[in-house]
Amino acid sequence: MGTLRLFPEQASTFAPEVDHLLYFLLTVAVFFTLVIFGAIFYFAVRYRRRSDQELPHVVHGGMALEIVWSVIPFGLTMVMFTWGASIFFRESRPPDDALNIYVVGKQWMWKIQHMEGQREINELHIPLGRAIKLTLTSEDVIHSFFVPAFRTKQDAVPGRYSTSWFQPTKAGKYHLFCAEYCGNRHSGMIGWIYVMEPQDYQAWLTGESPTGSLADNGAKLFQDLACVNCHKADGTGRCPSLVGLFGKTVQLSGGGSVKADEAYIRESILQPAAKVVAGYQPIMPTFQGLVTEEGVLQLVEYVKSLGPKPAAETSPAEGITGSTPGKR
Amino acid sequence: MITAAVQEREHYLNASYGIKSWLLTKDHKRIGLLYLATITLFFFLGGAFATLIRIELLTPQGGLVSSETYNKLFTMHGVAMVFFFLIPSIPASLGNFFLPMMIGARDLAFPRINLLSWYLLVIGGLFSLFAMLAGGVDTGWTFYTPYSTTYSNTWVIATALGIFVAGFSSILTGLNFIVTVHTMRAPGMTWFRLPLFVWANYATALIQVLGTPVLAVTIVLLFCERVFHIGIFDPVLGGDPVLFQHLFWFYSHPAVYIMVLPAMGVVSELISTFSRKPIFGYRIVACSSLAIAVLGFLVWGHHLFVSTQSVYAGMVFSFLSYFVAIPSAIKVFNWTATLYKGSISYATPMLYAFGFIGLFTIGGLTGLFVACLGIDVHVTDTYFVVAHFHYIMVGGTIMAYMGGLHYWWPKMTGRMYPEAWAKLSALVIFLGFNLTFFPQFILGYLGMPRRYHVYPEEFQILHVLSTAGASVLAVGYAIPMMYFIWSLRYGKLAPANPWGATGLEWQTASPPPAHNFEETPVVTHEAYDYSTVIGEVIEVG
Ligand code: HEM
Ligand SMILES: [Cu+2]
Repeated sequence: MGTLRLFPEQASTFAPEVDHLLYFLLTVAVFFTLVIFGAIFYFAVRYRRRSDQELPHVVHGGMALEIVWSVIPFGLTMVMFTWGASIFFRESRPPDDALNIYVVGKQWMWKIQHMEGQREINELHIPLGRAIKLTLTSEDVIHSFFVPAFRTKQDAVPGRYSTSWFQPTKAGKYHLFCAEYCGNRHSGMIGWIYVMEPQDYQAWLTGESPTGSLADNGAKLFQDLACVNCHKADGTGRCPSLVGLFGKTVQLSGGGSVKADEAYIRESILQPAAKVVAGYQPIMPTFQGLVTEEGVLQLVEYVKSLGPKPAAETSPAEGITGSTPGKR
Repeated sequence: MITAAVQEREHYLNASYGIKSWLLTKDHKRIGLLYLATITLFFFLGGAFATLIRIELLTPQGGLVSSETYNKLFTMHGVAMVFFFLIPSIPASLGNFFLPMMIGARDLAFPRINLLSWYLLVIGGLFSLFAMLAGGVDTGWTFYTPYSTTYSNTWVIATALGIFVAGFSSILTGLNFIVTVHTMRAPGMTWFRLPLFVWANYATALIQVLGTPVLAVTIVLLFCERVFHIGIFDPVLGGDPVLFQHLFWFYSHPAVYIMVLPAMGVVSELISTFSRKPIFGYRIVACSSLAIAVLGFLVWGHHLFVSTQSVYAGMVFSFLSYFVAIPSAIKVFNWTATLYKGSISYATPMLYAFGFIGLFTIGGLTGLFVACLGIDVHVTDTYFVVAHFHYIMVGGTIMAYMGGLHYWWPKMTGRMYPEAWAKLSALVIFLGFNLTFFPQFILGYLGMPRRYHVYPEEFQILHVLSTAGASVLAVGYAIPMMYFIWSLRYGKLAPANPWGATGLEWQTASPPPAHNFEETPVVTHEAYDYSTVIGEVIEVG
């Protein structure tokens, strides 16, 4: 059965922060619980009915009291709100130098791809001390990537990219759970996060004999799916060149513009007609069903590698928000 | 049958006989009893599912049932409890029976519609029961898409249709209450003389009428996607899965107040009667019900903090959630202050009222935790949330419902329940409840996700405690079931006003005549003026 513990391990920079906030809320909650329970207990004993004929004097409500017991709790809740929101806000802002890792949830496993091409299922190896940014999506239903020791959780939603980040502070092995009910083997959609000393991590990376980096695999797909026939690097085809696209603002036919981020690239592959670049015809076929979510991520990474700037350039405002194709 | 009770006098139970006189009745009191029987069945059905869930969770490997079955069990537990027990519970049974009597009316404004709404609940219930017997449903009571529309191959549509139909029952009850309170108050019964139970049901009725149609629309959309493959929620069909969550919670957050506001109303009656004092800050307590009803519509997004909702939306919803916490806190403080210098009786209904305040306080305070963004990211979809809403819905609503049942039982049946057994079971329920659900807060913060059939071994101790508590709780609920039935025949005859309470429902015989009052009461006092009901007075306080 194991030993009984009351608080989970703290293994990320967020964990102690969230716990401090929890201690504050616990203090407030215990205080009010004691006040209410104490008052009820005291009044119930002190003013117990001694005769059935008793008629208490009417105590009229006091506005002053009402104000006191509205304003004080309200003030306390505003502290809770501000404190909690500030942690949440930082949780939605991955640092620029974070290590990118791609996660695809599917019934009932977590499929993970590293930038250098290592792939894992239901396991995630990461180096100690480095900020890790996850980009998540799902192939089927909604899942949720939950690491209690890090105090972070983010839904992986089909049709969208969402992000989550954390910086591990302690080497070790930690639970990974799917927290959004996803069908039969929901409780089997679990795994382990291995936080490793940097040198162990390097050894692990090289030991994994990857099949090429994500961008390389993306380049291969770009050939295999014949994207390259149209999207010529010099822009001479009937399609726009993708060189230097990532992070740029794209003018759309029919007016409007969109920032070329991961979600836009994904959408352009799967629903090309949704947003057509100004000056081009909607002739691109959809690749829905022809390429997996992981393949799309590789393509995205390939497009990113064509410049102009690395991933971290994505506007911070996207953060945890994720972005729906077509909805902003 | 109840009819054997008091033979001398004619009252609503013996005014007519036979199955037809019940199934075609337009008497709000009889309809209240029909509801009572219906929701009791669903309560024990939901309870049976819960029992299996708790037994299953005794061991981490999940040996008792398969994961398919487990998922169906928690889904059907939620569906039965939320849609067929908690939402109708207090308004449709106690409210139906007493709301007209408390305002001095002979019936609700639309007696036939009242009967219709009971039939709708039964038809909806049968749909969902059919789904359960035919093989069950496994989406969770929340029906999140695209799982429910594309991936689940269980009886989603039958269940959802049952909920759809039951929703109309809820809308019609709400409508009936609103019109009744507006148009059928006795002479002298001004708005600020209304008992707080009436205020609470009135506020609830507003939510029922305004919120439930959104649930209906959501179910129709779910139907369109699941049956006709019209892309609304599934991204593969071009839909947006998170849209469903917005629609669902736009109803279902207000719905949590449909479940708890009437309970607050009951508790106001109990606290006042058993301390013989008007509720401290009567007007503030009355208005806070309305405030909750309105603010409750503005916070649905607090269920979506990690769902890819925008960060800024998350902040707004967190902020607004704290606003809705304040009127709830105000009520707790006012109830507590009412006890000050009161004449406090420890009759069973009051024990339940104490239990309610205690457990609702814990449920409400943990609401502050889940409304807090930094904390909710960690605890959402864990047992922490499970514990939070059980403290509110079981610790709050069901405690109040039990308190109300004991309080009004003599009026409804003309018989007293056995006091010693009742006190004992109130205590057993309180202890069993805490043992069941308190460990779940710890489990949740430790990271135990909800809806898990199999779980890591380190969580077992807390699960075993919880299951132990659940067995105590089950005993606690079984005892009243038995003595209530026993009391119908053997209970002491109840006087008209056994508690020295002030409500108009106590100014008529127990059980009341078919038309409630021999003559229309005229109200000359504020609510809760105990000088009018106590004979020879000993002044205290
Ligand atoms: C007063 C009666 C209340 C009831 C009946 C109630 C009920 C519920 C229910 C049913 C859920 C579960 C949703 C799910 O299935 O995941 C829930 C979650 C939640 N409740 Fe309450 N609650 C109440 C009070 C409060 C208060 C006062 C607050 C805020 C101050 C609050 C904040 C929340 C939040 C933020 C969640 C979402 C937690 C999450 O899913 O992460 N609740 N509540
Ligand atoms: Cu809510």
